[in-house]
Amino acid sequence: MRHVPVEPPAFFHRGPSPLARLAFFGLISIALLFLDTRYRYLENMRHLAAIVLYPLQRAAQVPGEALGYVGSYFASQRALSDENASLKRQLVEQSIVARALPETQDENTRLKALLGVRARYGAAATAVEVLYTGRDAFTQKLFVSKDGDADLKAGEAVVDVEGVVGQVTRVFPYMVEVTLITDKDQAVPVKVQRSGVRSVLFGSGAGHDPELRFMAPNADIQVGDRLVTSGIDGTYPPGLAVARVATLERDTGQMFARITATPLAGVDRSRHLLVLSQAAALPPRPEAPADADAAKKSGRAKGRRG
Amino acid sequence: MALPKPLLSAARPEEILRPSRPWFVVLTLVLALFANLLPLSGTALALRPDFLALVLLYWCIQEPRFVGVGTAWCVGLLMDVGDATLFGQHALAYAVLAYAAEYFRRRVLRFPLWQQAAQVAVLLALCAGLVVLVRVVGGAPLPRWTYAVPPLSGALLWPLVTGILQWPQRPARSSVEL
Repeated sequence: MRHVPVEPPAFFHRGPSPLARLAFFGLISIALLFLDTRYRYLENMRHLAAIVLYPLQRAAQVPGEALGYVGSYFASQRALSDENASLKRQLVEQSIVARALPETQDENTRLKALLGVRARYGAAATAVEVLYTGRDAFTQKLFVSKDGDADLKAGEAVVDVEGVVGQVTRVFPYMVEVTLITDKDQAVPVKVQRSGVRSVLFGSGAGHDPELRFMAPNADIQVGDRLVTSGIDGTYPPGLAVARVATLERDTGQMFARITATPLAGVDRSRHLLVLSQAAALPPRPEAPADADAAKKSGRAKGRRG
Repeated sequence: MALPKPLLSAARPEEILRPSRPWFVVLTLVLALFANLLPLSGTALALRPDFLALVLLYWCIQEPRFVGVGTAWCVGLLMDVGDATLFGQHALAYAVLAYAAEYFRRRVLRFPLWQQAAQVAVLLALCAGLVVLVRVVGGAPLPRWTYAVPPLSGALLWPLVTGILQWPQRPARSSVEL
């Protein structure tokens, strides 16, 4: 007896079953995820797709820009005159400081020459404007505009008027991805301005203040201390304001104190930012380990020979 | 005499729809991607449903032979680039969503729109949950509680999305039928 065929006849054939397709595409995605998380191999592919997507992304900016334009057109005279007044006040305040600056700089150079310290970081800066905040709920990122010919590189520091905002992490043809200092595990080497104690500020993700990890419970630090970049990583120029210590728990039973700090810069507010290029060439990385290895090997060889 | 087509009601299961046109499917997917790329922030961003997942879900349920796991995967990859997230996270989530849609489509279609929306909420939550799983395994912190809002707002939009996407497919009803 012949059974009714369970498979559809060939001309109704619809390719592999959905489950097979899911398994295929699922495995590819898992492979992609793995490659992207562990090795970051896929940046070229990402750039290619970003170029394909760019027109759509640019078009998506248009409604917001149009709304902003209309909004600013109807901004009240009062608000504008207020802003104008406060800007003038700031200008006066800062011009006094600015006039004193060349003198201070001269003095500084002389003192540094005396001390034999290298000239302080002369950073070239590029002004950028925030396009939109990152939509990924797991990271703290910003996307800023970039002129086609601006030479920005991953790793450069991004600051606003008040302090450090973050770091350039990816450069696309027409925009730049900035990872904020509040992103989880984003590290900024800092020192306490008052006491000079060095530490590293780690971001804690959305909705949490960054924290200073690995600080001994008796470290010289107080609530309200300003943290500035220490500059020892070569990424952030030294002396930029980063954060203010917000809470401090010293528990001598614990290995480290629990310290959180509130960012000073408007990491989630500022629209106009500055990218500081890494103009100062760091001294070349010493190749001591290889030499030491070779020395050890040759030493052992000699030892065997002897 | 032809009456105007009803906008906000799903076709009854026994109603025969016109075949949907491929260009319309592609256009709606591109528009959904566009809506996802809008530069929102703050509350608007927290409330914004994943339009692309919603439209994909609709087409996977309505036209499983045209839009399936493969399409969903490719579109997800574009979304990954647009959001600068991990490569493959949306792709994986959308592929699973498409599979689940294909698996449940006959069941979903039997229900009235509001009950469909409840099932859509579960499917969208599955999609979002998968993204959380992938990211947390990859070492990211847990997102804020607002991450649970988009699947719900997406489900609330389901009747509207169905109404809009089905509109070109509905035959004009004659008064004889009523």
